[in-house]
Amino acid sequence: MPKQKPEIRKHNFNEVALGYTADQAVAEAERCLQCPKPQCVSGCPVEIEIPDFIRLIKERQFDEAVKEVKRRNSLPAICGRVCPQEEQCQQQCVMGKAGEPINIGRLERFVADYEMNRGTSTISKQEPTGKKVAVVGAGPAGLTAAAELVKLGHEVVIFEALHKPGGVLIYGIPEFRLPKRIVAAEADYVKRLGASIETNALIGRLFTIPELLVNRFDAVFVGTGAGLPQFLKLPGENLGGIYSANEFLIRVNLMKSYAFPEYDTPIRIGKKVAVIGAGNVAMDSARSALRLGADTVYIVYRRSKAEMPARAEEVENAEEEGIIFKLLTNPTKFFGDEKGWVKHMECIEMQLGETDESGRRRPSPVEGSEFLMDVDTVIIAVGRTPNPIIQRTTKGLETTKWGTIKAEEETGKTSLPGVYAGGDIVTGEATVIKAMGAGKKAARAIHQYLASQK
Amino acid sequence: MYKIITKQELAAKIKLLEVNAPDIAAKAKPGQFIILVVDETGERIPLTIADYNIVKGTVTFIFNEVGKTTKQLGSLNEGDSIVNIAGPLGVPSEIKKFGRVLCVGGGVMIAPLHLQVKALREAGNDVTTVIGARGEDLLIFEQKMKKVSNKVYIVTDDGSRGFKGFDFLKELLKAESFQRAIVMGPVIMMETVSEISKSFNIPTMVTVTPIMVDGMGMCGVCRVTVGGETKFACIDGPEFDGHQVDFEELVKRQRLFLPEERLSSMFWEKLGGGCHRER
Ligand SMILES: Cc1cc2nc3c(=O)[nH]c(=O)nc-3n(C[C@H](O)[C@H](O)[C@H](O)COP(=O)(O)OP(=O)(O)OC[C@H]3O[C@@H](n4cnc5c(N)ncnc54)[C@H](O)[C@@H]3O)c2cc1C
Ligand SMILES: Cc1cc2nc3c(=O)[nH]c(=O)nc-3n(C[C@H](O)[C@H](O)[C@H](O)COP(=O)(O)OP(=O)(O)OC[C@H]3O[C@@H](n4cnc5c(N)ncnc54)[C@H](O)[C@@H]3O)c2cc1C
Ligand code: SF4
Ligand code: SF4
Ligand code: FES
Repeated sequence: MPKQKPEIRKHNFNEVALGYTADQAVAEAERCLQCPKPQCVSGCPVEIEIPDFIRLIKERQFDEAVKEVKRRNSLPAICGRVCPQEEQCQQQCVMGKAGEPINIGRLERFVADYEMNRGTSTISKQEPTGKKVAVVGAGPAGLTAAAELVKLGHEVVIFEALHKPGGVLIYGIPEFRLPKRIVAAEADYVKRLGASIETNALIGRLFTIPELLVNRFDAVFVGTGAGLPQFLKLPGENLGGIYSANEFLIRVNLMKSYAFPEYDTPIRIGKKVAVIGAGNVAMDSARSALRLGADTVYIVYRRSKAEMPARAEEVENAEEEGIIFKLLTNPTKFFGDEKGWVKHMECIEMQLGETDESGRRRPSPVEGSEFLMDVDTVIIAVGRTPNPIIQRTTKGLETTKWGTIKAEEETGKTSLPGVYAGGDIVTGEATVIKAMGAGKKAARAIHQYLASQK
Repeated sequence: MYKIITKQELAAKIKLLEVNAPDIAAKAKPGQFIILVVDETGERIPLTIADYNIVKGTVTFIFNEVGKTTKQLGSLNEGDSIVNIAGPLGVPSEIKKFGRVLCVGGGVMIAPLHLQVKALREAGNDVTTVIGARGEDLLIFEQKMKKVSNKVYIVTDDGSRGFKGFDFLKELLKAESFQRAIVMGPVIMMETVSEISKSFNIPTMVTVTPIMVDGMGMCGVCRVTVGGETKFACIDGPEFDGHQVDFEELVKRQRLFLPEERLSSMFWEKLGGGCHRER
């Protein structure tokens, strides 16, 4: 797929991957073998009928192709862009055994963008059931659950704490990977289906879950995500210039501080930036820092390249743009200047030992190998834990020792009757498509529950 | 959209806005705050809830015009709207019968303190209030405080009214006993009062006001060190034990974006600064 050239894109926030033209999409679709027992479908958490929609692209019936995709996935423009396809649908594709798998994600993106650009989406209305469901959180889990529930004829209100819907899609994943107009259009689609979205509504404070159930709703779905940033608990961590990845990305994406001062929210990026961690969040932070004008951006990671949790494609993009990988390195201490701004980071070299429970080799420090790095900005991207407010304010809602909500995998059912949950709030940090899959399963279970409630 | 019902100027650059927000009014409690965004390109800023009226469905906050956003907010008039207000946020203050309570407020924070004093009185406490400002002309809520407190003392930095500075507190605490102290105001004031109250072993709660972005536990910019542990002011606070807060770090972290804030403010003034809207 065509991409913006690295030397150009590292100075702008425009989308990196440019998308297929119609001819390119048809050519890619023609490579598909239309397997009678398609392996690809088993790799997709929402079970899109992949060969069917690809055949429709081949026949240039793009409108029909989108309909086919949307039967299973209400947010295809997003999944086509951010799904880790190489571990899901594309990993299973038979064409991948001998050569390159069909680029299913890019084809999905193509049809979704085709529809969005033409504004053709059609919406069919259902007989109302008279039941009302509250959805808490407008991330992928909540938006999907809401879309499924309105399609089944229930009245749905989504409560979102921030001032815009989308969850991580709007506040976390940067513009150059997922343009915000696409997230807005997908949220708008859910609204046009008939769900309403109330922003600025922090559930647990504005209304509690029991209040929602007593006063206004017959069931509740909780999709509040894992947004609480973790820190390293190292000396000097509260110095200026040390951001959590979430703070950094919220400022840049949700608040658009790359356009400061037209937008009011400031961000300060120095010349030498160190990003701690090597997941998708770290790659997004590093590449954003570069675009905000940093001279040198390091990824500092305590294991080796093989263990990096980020998607291969994103690591490759980061390397192309000139991000420097400092592997087998771990920070130990931060030092600041007289104004309280970070100036140096002390690190220690690491070595890999035995394999641990997670199947990765355990890193341990090399004694006496401490060294100083000059840095003026540090972004900490070492993981996020569940948003805690619902758990703290809902009596009887069972949680795990990691702070996630306990819910049945197949239904999202929690310990409280009528309360369902799914997405990162249940699994801990996962993926967009898994959150959507959970939203969908919970919607089905809620539908059954409501039917049983006469 | 949240419509402005009442606007008042209480002192130079100190303004009050009462806005229509019935859901927030129904849930607000003393010690909580809201986060607002003035317009489409605005930043999220926190302000403490100074009053609420369940019947009218309104929430009131009082602010100092210090930078771009608060100046812009101050340029709005009755009938105008604010695009986003989220709240109530933060853990409500603990209101119960403590016995004799000392409430100390400085600057704009006297207004939300008033709400606490009222609630503490209703809970059966005997409340002595100290209110302070830089000078007499900046002192707000004096009459209101007198109505709800058992006793009121006044302090100014320049001595233009009442006591000059907080040294008199030592004498007061020697003479009278208190079971709890509540302090809301500038960091330096909270630090000074906490130091004094510590030497008299009075449990003291302070309201910290670090920089915030989301106000919902998602960014960590509001982190403060309390008793050696990192806390998020927006979801663990904003009230903490004043004898445990690292005030020096708090002040440094409040100033992180000073150069950018000045730029933003200059940019706003250059564009007309909303002067055309002033009556
Ligand atoms: C920077 C970054 C990059 C990522 N990149 C990828 C990627 O490329 N591919 C991929 O598949 N996954 C990626 N992920 C992970 C993916 O985004 C998440 O797994 C997914 O968004 C989880 O969806 P969710 O709906 O469960 O939660 P979220 O997206 O977190 O949404 C939760 C929503 O609930 C709201 N909320 C929280 N508490 C309350 C409350 N009390 N009341 C009301 N609302 C509340 C929040 O404001 C938020 O909008 C990335 C994550 C990050 C942070
Ligand atoms: C929980 C909480 C409650 C608050 N309640 C009130 C209130 O009731 N009334 C009120 O007037 N203010 C209150 N504040 C402070 C208020 O949020 C800031 O004054 C406001 O964000 C400034 O925005 P600005 O764009 O106008 O100024 P900026 O341009 O952002 O800043 C201008 C000046 O104000 C200082 N400043 C910025 N943010 C803060 C802050 N959070 N605390 C102290 N100084 C700051 C800066 O250092 C700078 O000198 C509260 C803050 C918090 C965290
Ligand atoms: S939703 Fe994701 S996993 Fe499913 S087909 Fe699309 S890209 Fe593949
Ligand atoms: S497995 Fe690959 S080739 Fe076979 S149907 Fe699926 S996408 Fe086409
Ligand atoms: S303001 Fe973002 S976590 Fe508190």
